[in-house]
Amino acid sequence: MSDSSVDAPTTATTFPILGTVGTPPAVDLAGYATVGDLTLDLRLKVEPGELVAVVGPNGAGKSTLLRLLAGLVQLNAGTLALGGRTVDDGTTRGFVPPHLRRVGWVPQDRLLFDHLTVAANVGFSPQATNDRVTTLLDALDLKALANRHPGECSGGQAQRVAVARALAAEPDVLLLDEPSTALDAGSRQRIHALLVDPGPGGRQRPTILLVTHDPAEATGLADRVVELSSGRIAEGLQP
Amino acid sequence: MAILGITVLALPLVGLVQRAPWTSLGDLLGRRSVLESLRVSLTVSLMAAGVVLVLGTPLAWVLARVQVPFRRLVRALVVLPMVLPPVVGGTALLFALGRRGLVGQWLDRWFDVALTFTMAGAVVAAVFVALPFYVVTVEGALRTTGDEMESLAATLGAPPLTVLRRVTLPRLVPAMGAGLALAWARALGEFGATITFAGNLPGRTRTLPLATFQALESDPEAALALSLVLLAVSLAVLVPTRNRWFPTR
Repeated sequence: MSDSSVDAPTTATTFPILGTVGTPPAVDLAGYATVGDLTLDLRLKVEPGELVAVVGPNGAGKSTLLRLLAGLVQLNAGTLALGGRTVDDGTTRGFVPPHLRRVGWVPQDRLLFDHLTVAANVGFSPQATNDRVTTLLDALDLKALANRHPGECSGGQAQRVAVARALAAEPDVLLLDEPSTALDAGSRQRIHALLVDPGPGGRQRPTILLVTHDPAEATGLADRVVELSSGRIAEGLQP
Repeated sequence: MAILGITVLALPLVGLVQRAPWTSLGDLLGRRSVLESLRVSLTVSLMAAGVVLVLGTPLAWVLARVQVPFRRLVRALVVLPMVLPPVVGGTALLFALGRRGLVGQWLDRWFDVALTFTMAGAVVAAVFVALPFYVVTVEGALRTTGDEMESLAATLGAPPLTVLRRVTLPRLVPAMGAGLALAWARALGEFGATITFAGNLPGRTRTLPLATFQALESDPEAALALSLVLLAVSLAVLVPTRNRWFPTR
């Protein structure tokens, strides 16, 4: 069984950017992972509600970092805690599977369920309520496409569906892998607006990690930019 | 050479259609013996398809997704009936499940179950030859539909059973349909293993192919009519599998 949760003691910490005393970081990662030829040696803390842009050259491990947080890749050593709960312990092999992490993932190639309509895609998560789905379809201008299938959507529309689907699950941490690549200006603007305020109705913004190659996107949206190079994170870049 | 290749495939079918007794086709197909063979064939092939579905789906899953020891050997075993002469398959079944066979003797002694020369035996023979077609088709689909879509569903909070029900199976249905159609067609056309293991008993194990073979000696026109039925069924099977064999791009 791989669903044994590993609950580490929550340590009260003070965070310089958005965190408050006693609030554990949304993401607290310190560990190693080897995937194929790439070895990631990662130290990263992200505060609740923070939007962190991850930049770096191709093959640096940006997508793998997101997969690690989503639970699709396991640590070989070290720990990963989300919201103070250890979800991956490379030493004890404790591991919380993806469906119990409340982490939304929007991969580069979107991976829409082509056998479901746009509305069913957005409402796929067990956490997605009808109201939330309707609100998101509206916010991302997808209402007219609700009954279409992904094959009938343009690239920009499909990307918006993927973002809406992840947000409908009300994740604590949202992982976006180049969500604006090859999008028209309108689609890009809608997605950006939703990332800045993804919770219509006063909902709190989730913590967001945004992988991007676009410097303007990184500096324009993010609270902080981290650079990943050859599997290592260079912290401290400011937007 | 390509034209020659097409000719080799098409010529027998043209001969069959050209010699078919079209005017008396209705009478020939309405004969009691023909209808009886049709009933046996449909019963055996549909039961075999059901067994193939039940046994083949988990087997395809294991081959595609589970790290089991000797997986290559298991896959070779699964594919073997596709290349094995059916009469060898029938002989093997006879020595395994016949009254004095490896397992058959115990079935007979403990449960009073005999498979040889019974419709159940014909079903077993059909399953033996048809199962690989389904497993290979579904296993291939399971590999190409990939884990990524299922991983994504999991990140949306869907537990494994929900992922199976809402993502894996719906995406697998076309391949399951195609595999089942191929397996059913193979079961319907089965001859060698059936006649060796289950015999050629009218009303029990005499399927359409066996009836066709029988009719060739005494009533060639009936044999042609039966062959046309099997040809029509084979063409019908191409409909659900057309995307597999006739790619649009």
